[in-house]
Amino acid sequence: MAENIKLACRNVWKLYGPRAVEFLKANPDADLERVKNAGFVPAVRGANVDVRDGEIFVIMGLSGSGKSTLVRCMSRLIEPTAGELFFEGQDLRKASKKALIDIRRHKMGMVFQHFALLPHLTVLENVAFPLTIQGQAKAAADTRAREVIELVGLGGRENYYPRELSGGQQQRVGIARSLAVEPELWFLDEPFSALDPLIRREMQDEFMRLQAMLKKTIVFITHDFDEAIRLADRIAIMKDGAIIQVATPEELVMNPASDYVEEFTRHVPRDKVISVGAVMKKGAEGAGAGLPMASKIAEIAEAVVMADAPLKVVDAAGKAVGAIDRETVINILIGRVR
Amino acid sequence: MAWLLKKPTLVFLALFAATWLLAKYSSTWFESPSLAWAIDYPKTWVLPLKDYVSAAMKWLVEDAGFGLFSFTELTRAIAWLIEQPYEFVRAVLATGFFDGIGRRATQIVPPLSWIAVTAAVVALGHYAKSWGLAAIVGLAFLYLAVFGQWESAMVTLASVVIAVPFGVAGGLMLGILAYRHKSFEAVLKPVLDLMQTIPVFAYLVPILFMFGFGPVSALVATVIYAMPPMARITTMALKNVDPEIVDFGKMTGCTQRQMTWKILVPSALNGLMVGVNQVIMLSLNMVIIASMIGAGGLGFDVLASLRRLNIGGGFEAGIAIVILAVALDRLSQALAARSTEYSPPPREQGFVARHKRSVTVVVILGITMGLGLFIPALQTYPEAAELSTGAFWTNGVKYLNINYFDQFEAVKIFLLTNFLLPIKRFFLGIPWPWAIAMITLIGWKFGGWKLGAMNFAMALFIATTGMWEKAMITIYLCGASVVIASIIGIPIGIWAALSPRAGKVIGVAIDTLQTLPSFVYLIPVIMLFRIGDFTAMVAIVAYALVPAVRYAAHGVRHVSPDLIEAGVVSGCTKRQILFKIRLPLALPEILLGINQTIMLALSMLVITALVGTRDLGQEVYIALTKADTGRGLVAGLAIAFIAIMADRIISASARKAKTRYGID
Ligand SMILES: Nc1ncnc2c1ncn2[C@@H]1O[C@H](COP(=O)(O)OP(=O)(O)OP(=O)(O)O)[C@@H](O)[C@H]1O
Ligand SMILES: [Mg+2]
Repeated sequence: MAENIKLACRNVWKLYGPRAVEFLKANPDADLERVKNAGFVPAVRGANVDVRDGEIFVIMGLSGSGKSTLVRCMSRLIEPTAGELFFEGQDLRKASKKALIDIRRHKMGMVFQHFALLPHLTVLENVAFPLTIQGQAKAAADTRAREVIELVGLGGRENYYPRELSGGQQQRVGIARSLAVEPELWFLDEPFSALDPLIRREMQDEFMRLQAMLKKTIVFITHDFDEAIRLADRIAIMKDGAIIQVATPEELVMNPASDYVEEFTRHVPRDKVISVGAVMKKGAEGAGAGLPMASKIAEIAEAVVMADAPLKVVDAAGKAVGAIDRETVINILIGRVR
Repeated sequence: MAWLLKKPTLVFLALFAATWLLAKYSSTWFESPSLAWAIDYPKTWVLPLKDYVSAAMKWLVEDAGFGLFSFTELTRAIAWLIEQPYEFVRAVLATGFFDGIGRRATQIVPPLSWIAVTAAVVALGHYAKSWGLAAIVGLAFLYLAVFGQWESAMVTLASVVIAVPFGVAGGLMLGILAYRHKSFEAVLKPVLDLMQTIPVFAYLVPILFMFGFGPVSALVATVIYAMPPMARITTMALKNVDPEIVDFGKMTGCTQRQMTWKILVPSALNGLMVGVNQVIMLSLNMVIIASMIGAGGLGFDVLASLRRLNIGGGFEAGIAIVILAVALDRLSQALAARSTEYSPPPREQGFVARHKRSVTVVVILGITMGLGLFIPALQTYPEAAELSTGAFWTNGVKYLNINYFDQFEAVKIFLLTNFLLPIKRFFLGIPWPWAIAMITLIGWKFGGWKLGAMNFAMALFIATTGMWEKAMITIYLCGASVVIASIIGIPIGIWAALSPRAGKVIGVAIDTLQTLPSFVYLIPVIMLFRIGDFTAMVAIVAYALVPAVRYAAHGVRHVSPDLIEAGVVSGCTKRQILFKIRLPLALPEILLGINQTIMLALSMLVITALVGTRDLGQEVYIALTKADTGRGLVAGLAIAFIAIMADRIISASARKAKTRYGID
């Protein structure tokens, strides 16, 4: 197994229904039809995922496609019906109760859609809670809690109770709480979907600021494509419990694995996803100081459209690799791709 | 034959007609000895189950042991453990501490003065909610002092104070265990069902054997009685904790203990406090009943007055119970609401500033204790200044009885001859084998073969233990009361739902009625109608009315507004909306209300045994007076079985109605 893989799922299944384990043993590669006819709810079917160290891995899919179930299998909140899980190379399904408690205390964190704050504790007590559960002394836990509260911008509200805070502030508490233990793997299940659009945007910025500082490995669920492309290094698309494609946002748009993915990504603003390198004319000559091939079309659109001639594109080292013309850019901007 | 199965209604109508005919004409069978067994369960066929139980009890108390010590020694030790805190609280609140025994005892420390106790509850009321609540509970306790009920009320209160922590802690533990272990829940649930339907008197006798006559037995019975709802509510409240919060607990790496005490219980506090309020109210109810086995206090006063036909005294103590119940209920509800109202703590500094109320109470306590040595009125409310309403009640009842005797009597006789007696004759007339068959069939129709089998077994138990006739009288009395309670209660509930103003008044009224201990309902009825089935029925109706009203109101009120709008749009009149939309949709809820009414009616039976009914309640009551464990338990089980059968049948039909209307 590659060194830099944080969490790996190997053929993970979750079927709801009686005697699901036996059924899977007898039919290890049953298709959707068979599973449904046998009376099971197919929440996750044969998922293979490698979450790399330090990446933001986004899981997307329609409601009921099995995103939450998959993530809960990854953290073993739900016992998978079949399959293997490796966390830092350790077989998670074989981990003892005690080992699991230990991993969760120190290496995993989770942020919940509806915040899951404890109503009877203040902000400070909520954030310090995971630390006190580990048995840390109150003073040390409080100091650490204050630090993370400061980090998420809630300084001064330590003694408020959750119900005295707005939704956005409550989710900041949720984030601070899960960060307090400095987890290595961070699960976020639609953390912003209960917030209204303006605050959601603000929280995404906040989240990116934190990630730039902390560089966690993150598994992030959303069904908002805008959110996904803002945050994701890679996106997994789920349908009926199965993972259909895992790819960067750009690849998803450029090379959808199926009609479903194409349909799913139809309304994605292409200019924010497609990079210059993917659509330039390779080897062509261009004018100008050189646009980096990794930048998104949206970032360079204005320059290209205003220019009289195609502009030069350079790679990371600054070497000219091609050129991009106005027509290509405009096609992308108005959604007429390729 | 096949077409019959397609028309079940017709079949059941025919069966009912057959039953009716059998009931009417079976009495002639007496004359032919070959058939008499079917109408009168033969004595020689009775299983002597109660004798076995009594013998087992005797063995347990006299011979059973665990090697080092005997069973009796164990129970006496437990009794001693309970007695110590009880004696202490009772001394603090009511009697004071004595040196020496018997007549020559001298009081060395007096009980808390009435002023201090009243000040304490006022402070508690203010702390829990507001000055308004403080005034209500303050006035309530003042009433107890001024009207001469203080000492009895404090004895009652002492029992409640001791029973509640035991009941809450025990219920909490059982509930948590049931939440953790599915298998334990599977065992606990039927036991709780049984505990909640079996009349308390039935297990009073064995408790008496184990713990002896006196307040300890009363306390044990009270705790057992008050614990089941707490256990149930605990399991439910824990299950209702937001699953995200449970997941959070797991992801934080909580151990099972941390999960329970740091996550689940605090998050479920809201629901748990409802349970605590229930335990308090049930304890009060039971403490009153348990006065029969030596708990003393207000219940004993009522009982003693009733025995002496002292109308005034009975009313006075009864009203004191009502007032104490209302005060305790309001106070505990406010405390419950407060406990989940998380808000910033006061930021004032200094001990006195932060504990104004406690300090005030302690100061008042000190002053009254000190000055009380010189001015006794500060210590004990002076008898000379006590008011008595006894004469007023006595005269009132006398007046009613003298001037309206004929009217009361007319109503009573009319209902007896035209309503109660025919029903009684019907139930007593059905041959028992036929009745068992019918009960089985009904169970099968509503709840499948499982319910059918259960009904068969339970009905057979009642017959073979020789309880058949008394069970039929029980069903008749209970059934008649439930019919009347429904006829009165359901329309009131519908009215409450349709008119917001009436709804408010009715809401307050039924809330208050519901807090009253069952015993209280007996007092006025006995005064007006003396003893007999009719009196029992009126008391049962009064006690069991509340759920009929409440569930009907809830059901009608909560019909989906969309459906009502759909009705309005399609041009329904108000009347049509009520009868074509609201009522059918509220039917499942109304059925559940009737179910609750039946449960309350059955639980009232034992109390109405005091007015000379001849049903299973009387059987239990006699067993209590004769200290006959087996007789009491078997009759108690029979009552419980009737309750369980009724509950299962009605719940199943409510479920059917729900699926039929596509609700839920
Ligand atoms: N405890 C359960 N028992 C039975 N079926 C379940 C259970 N939990 C989830 N499911 C089913 O599994 C499927 C996947 O559910 P899941 O919650 O993972 O979806 P999701 O992608 O997270 O949806 P959403 O976007 O609405 O959160 C759904 O069809 C759901 O009904
Ligand atoms: Mg989900």
